Amino acid sequence: MYKVLRSSLLSVYAAIILVPCMIVITGAFKTDFEIYTKPLSLPAKWSFDNFRKLFVESNIAKPFFNSVTVAVFSVLITLLFASLAAYAISRLMTVTGKVLFLLFSLGLAIPGQVNIIPIFQLFVKLNLNNSLIGLILVNIALTLPISIFILSAFFKDLPKEMFECAGMDGAGQFRIYRSIALPLSKPALGATAIFLFVICWNDLLYPLMLITETSKKTLPLVLIDYKGEYFASYSMQFAAILVASLPMVLMYLFMQRTFQAGLTAGAVKG
Amino acid sequence: MALPAFAVYASLYLYPALTNLLYATQRWDGITAPEFTGFRNITYLLTEDDLFRKALGNNLRFMLVVVIFQTGFALLFATFLLKNSKTNIFLRIVFFFPTILSSVSVGIIWTFLYDPNYGSITAFLKTIGLGDRAPLWLGNESLTLYSIALTQVWFHTGQMIVIYVAGLQQIPKELYEAAEVDGATRWQQFKGITWPMALPTTAVVVAYTTIQTFKAFDLIFAMTGGGPSYASEILVTQIYNTAFISQKFGYASAQSVVLVVLVLFITWLQRKTLRLNDGTK
Repeated sequence: MYKVLRSSLLSVYAAIILVPCMIVITGAFKTDFEIYTKPLSLPAKWSFDNFRKLFVESNIAKPFFNSVTVAVFSVLITLLFASLAAYAISRLMTVTGKVLFLLFSLGLAIPGQVNIIPIFQLFVKLNLNNSLIGLILVNIALTLPISIFILSAFFKDLPKEMFECAGMDGAGQFRIYRSIALPLSKPALGATAIFLFVICWNDLLYPLMLITETSKKTLPLVLIDYKGEYFASYSMQFAAILVASLPMVLMYLFMQRTFQAGLTAGAVKG
Repeated sequence: MALPAFAVYASLYLYPALTNLLYATQRWDGITAPEFTGFRNITYLLTEDDLFRKALGNNLRFMLVVVIFQTGFALLFATFLLKNSKTNIFLRIVFFFPTILSSVSVGIIWTFLYDPNYGSITAFLKTIGLGDRAPLWLGNESLTLYSIALTQVWFHTGQMIVIYVAGLQQIPKELYEAAEVDGATRWQQFKGITWPMALPTTAVVVAYTTIQTFKAFDLIFAMTGGGPSYASEILVTQIYNTAFISQKFGYASAQSVVLVVLVLFITWLQRKTLRLNDGTK
């Protein structure tokens, strides 16, 4: 009884996840009529028309490249700043460390969306709207608290003796951070990097608010545009989804564990 | 060493949060000089603004529905997938998959699935003979919010399953073995061992899911934009519309101040209930 229930529920759930994915993947190569009439079948004729349109007419390569730029720089800079701060907070400071940690914790408790208005006004003043640098700065500010939180928890668990020995051998703090803390925390850094990458790659709210110039748009923004522009053609929208999700899906296929670790690390005590 | 992080955080997080408080006391279209109005925004918001009350109610209903179903499903499926067998690991990978997609992609996929004419859900209902009973999933005011909630559950349950599996695997096996010797049924084992031992994990899952529902802007924007007639408007979509569509920046800031207070209050409430539970166990 339990076994039957278990396997039927698992199968139903798997179908509920996989069927929409199959509809989207096959749909990108089908005609719209085929999507409506035979959503689950393979395309009668594999057509790459939608992709040709996306790359030639809509130039989706541009927002793709923008998204890559924003995500890569946001993640790298956040990791650098967060690991430095986490190292300082968990290893060096006592009182200041606690105060700093408390301030960063505020950023954990308050969702970043509440700052959209002041950020918008500030960025217009500084001419940082319609700029990828602006987006990168916002991403860094929004993801620093959670990154520091994850990394400092990790640094605290590292064995004290290693740091003490290095200190006695005359290594300065930067040296210890670079040669001991960082190499030891590769798994934590990897998981955090994935976590941040997913957030930056998928964010809509801040780009929507800050970016109006077509040449600066990121993928989620153009997906919204396509939804309006090609509202009558789901096959076009599906093709665009495939292009926009491809990097994530490929990374996920090769690193499921890091993904699962990263995207749940943010939850622990979040 | 903490300086670069603190500099960015202070200027692009703390400072804006403070200016937000200032804006909340102003009447301001974002262009001309702001006019100081004190607590007028906040009092109007809390006493007279029906739309805001609607968004607040929507937000709370959305939160409750998603938290209950997402947590329930995640716990159920985590108990199914506890052992690290090959099939289970594979299924966890499958269930987790939607989490890596963007809200916009998920929104577009489900807009199609819900499409009253061409969508696959309607097609499915037709094949089992319920075609003419198919509702307007996103067009019906009383249904929209729940349709989006279902999408949100589809989107993030896998993530919670992974959190639960990690938590449940910490429970000592001996407890279950002893219960089995005593002849406890599966349900009794769940009630007596799994549920109480998993409470800390449940707290994490509930807290995380709650925050996610407040951040559901991207998904709702991609699916309905808050419509029809504000039926799926939550606080963040309303703040966005107030500022960037209606150009009332001061008022939108006041709305986000209320959002902050609300989120902090709910977080506090959840921590407190969790602690009570810990005390009785």
